[in-house]
Amino acid sequence: MNQKSMKWFLLIIALSAILMLGACKKKATPPPPPPPPPPPAPTASISVSPNTIQAGQSASLTWQTSNATDVSIDGIGAVQPNGSQSVNPTDSITYHLTAKGSGGSQEATARLTVTQAPPPPPTTSVSDEDLFSQNIKDVYFDYDKSDVRGDQQSSVQSDVQFLTQHGNMNITVEGHCDERGSTDYNLALGDQRAAAVKNALSSGGISASRIKTISYGKEKPFCTESNEACWQQNRRGHLVYQK
Amino acid sequence: MIPGAGTEETLQSDFYRDTILPNQQSLTFTRMDESERRSFSHSTRGGWLMAFALIAACCLGSSHLSAQDWVKTGTSLGVAKVRLAVPDFKPSSGDPQNAALLKTFDDTLWNDLDVSGVVELVSKSFYPLQVPGQPPEVNALAWNAPPPNAGMLAFGSLGVASGKLTVQGWLYDVKNTQSPQVLGKQYSDTSSEAAARVMAHKFADEIIFRLGGGLNGIAETQIYFVSDRTGHKEIWGMDYDGSNQHQITHLGSISLSPRVSPDGSRVAFASLTKSGWEIMMYSLELNRAVSFPHMGGTNLTPAWSGDGTKLAFSSSRGGGPEIYTADPSGGNLHRLTTAKGPEVSPVWNRKTNAQIAFVSGRTGLPQIYTMEGDGTNQQRMTDQGYAVSPNWAPNGQFLSFAWVRKYGPGDPGALDIYLMDIASKQWVQLTHDGGRNDFPSWSPDGRHIVFQSSRSGKEEIWTMLADGTKVQQLTFTGRNTQPNWSWK
Repeated sequence: MNQKSMKWFLLIIALSAILMLGACKKKATPPPPPPPPPPPAPTASISVSPNTIQAGQSASLTWQTSNATDVSIDGIGAVQPNGSQSVNPTDSITYHLTAKGSGGSQEATARLTVTQAPPPPPTTSVSDEDLFSQNIKDVYFDYDKSDVRGDQQSSVQSDVQFLTQHGNMNITVEGHCDERGSTDYNLALGDQRAAAVKNALSSGGISASRIKTISYGKEKPFCTESNEACWQQNRRGHLVYQK
Repeated sequence: MIPGAGTEETLQSDFYRDTILPNQQSLTFTRMDESERRSFSHSTRGGWLMAFALIAACCLGSSHLSAQDWVKTGTSLGVAKVRLAVPDFKPSSGDPQNAALLKTFDDTLWNDLDVSGVVELVSKSFYPLQVPGQPPEVNALAWNAPPPNAGMLAFGSLGVASGKLTVQGWLYDVKNTQSPQVLGKQYSDTSSEAAARVMAHKFADEIIFRLGGGLNGIAETQIYFVSDRTGHKEIWGMDYDGSNQHQITHLGSISLSPRVSPDGSRVAFASLTKSGWEIMMYSLELNRAVSFPHMGGTNLTPAWSGDGTKLAFSSSRGGGPEIYTADPSGGNLHRLTTAKGPEVSPVWNRKTNAQIAFVSGRTGLPQIYTMEGDGTNQQRMTDQGYAVSPNWAPNGQFLSFAWVRKYGPGDPGALDIYLMDIASKQWVQLTHDGGRNDFPSWSPDGRHIVFQSSRSGKEEIWTMLADGTKVQQLTFTGRNTQPNWSWK
């Protein structure tokens, strides 16, 4: 700076100072008497951990206060100035702490989010057809006979019960014969066996319109050994789920 | 009949007194021991009526049965069957095809005559070296004396020329040196193995007609049956000797119990369809199924009356399986039986068209019954065991059927073919060689029975003479069942 600018700068400074001092001086009040120191204000803090839980789980609510004589949390009530508590609300909640003291009151909040439990995993629904095959019993016959044996009545009853419980199910009864005996006669005998099972079910209350019959004679055996065990397996009314 | 093909010309036909034996035939059931059985003889004298006479105390009522109840056919015993010599035919041209066609012709002719039951064929090992192909070449003395000792001689020639097959055949009575010529025929057709077979069949039938009492031979008849060789049980057909096996239905399901109509135009059968077991009708002329009404229930075992005007079958449309009749279009339905117990497998008496034999389980195990065509006069024919598959002989007097006579725990018995005289209910066992034997069906000449047997290890079709001899296997591929012989 040259001499001339320096002079101007100093002049501005001086004028500013006078203005500021003058302003200050204008605002300045006569100094009050020093106030007595106020009581300290209470502090409060509250937190919850974890801050997200699933319904049924617990969280830990923790709070700290100072300078407070009266601390309360909404929904819990009066509490110690400092403390923690386990909480397990069923819904999301905001914990509202109020700390009061001679110095005033202070509030703090903590938000706990409760998520609903995930829906239980869907149980695999058993299909009607599976239910059928697990529960339905075939009816077995003596050689050359198409009347329902005494020892088969319980199977018939069980089938009646099942079909009553599942009124939406329809069935086909197949009549089968063992390998002995002639093709044509066995087809006729199988026809009678299927009819006998249908009659037994109808007598038990199952509507005849739910039951179809067909004979397979000895054309579609369940086993092919030439012994009584296999022959008995083949002499049956076989109940089939009608899709 | 095999569908006609080619031309046929009669060169000579002489209804020679001693050649055409009187138009009568008899079937006699006797008890024979083994030595008698081997030398039993067959006669074609007697009447067209088959008279059934039972000698000795064989099979009266239910007395002990013995597997020795062999059948002897013939009445005037002591009259031997005609001894016929059939040398190989001679080639009439130089065509290279001749050799194979000659073999087919010769084998077919020989077999047709051999199983006919009408002649006794002289073994070729006895033939003279010089064999005639034309009438001038015949040296009767070489044939009517030992070793051949023949009564008749069949000979001729075969040759292909310009794609045409021609066969000339002759039947000579070599004991009548004055006038031996009985029959001369010429057959001509486009050359093929099938044509050679047809010509042999036709010629054989001509011989059998003359030497067999005026009954038509069966060399051109057909047998319909069930075969599973394609993977499904379908209806098949074949020549009566097992040649020309061909598939008829292609339904891909389970098709059973074929029965051809008397005129040979249609085959009725039962098939498993979406609506259950139905009677179906196949036209052999149109080569496709023709419609037959849906009956309801389970429908099985259709059977034709001999005049082709009626069908009988089993149907459970009314509750349980019963016998019904209808006309061949399925109309005019009549129910014939009402008994509890399955009724199945009806068959008409083709001679009267007024009786039906059938199977009924009304008393427990199935038995054979007969009744009038309107369901009246139901008579039980079998007295015990398990009896199924009746088939009525063409003469109206015999039934053949399958029977297990002994039934009981631990004793399954054997299923064999039996013959029964309907009037007396006397019966004879025809099969004795093991296996399960079922579904007998008579040939139209009443001399042969085709049946199903498992004696070879699995079910196959076999034929035999109605006396149980000349048993021959016809099928070898897959399982073949339920044969039905055509009516002509």
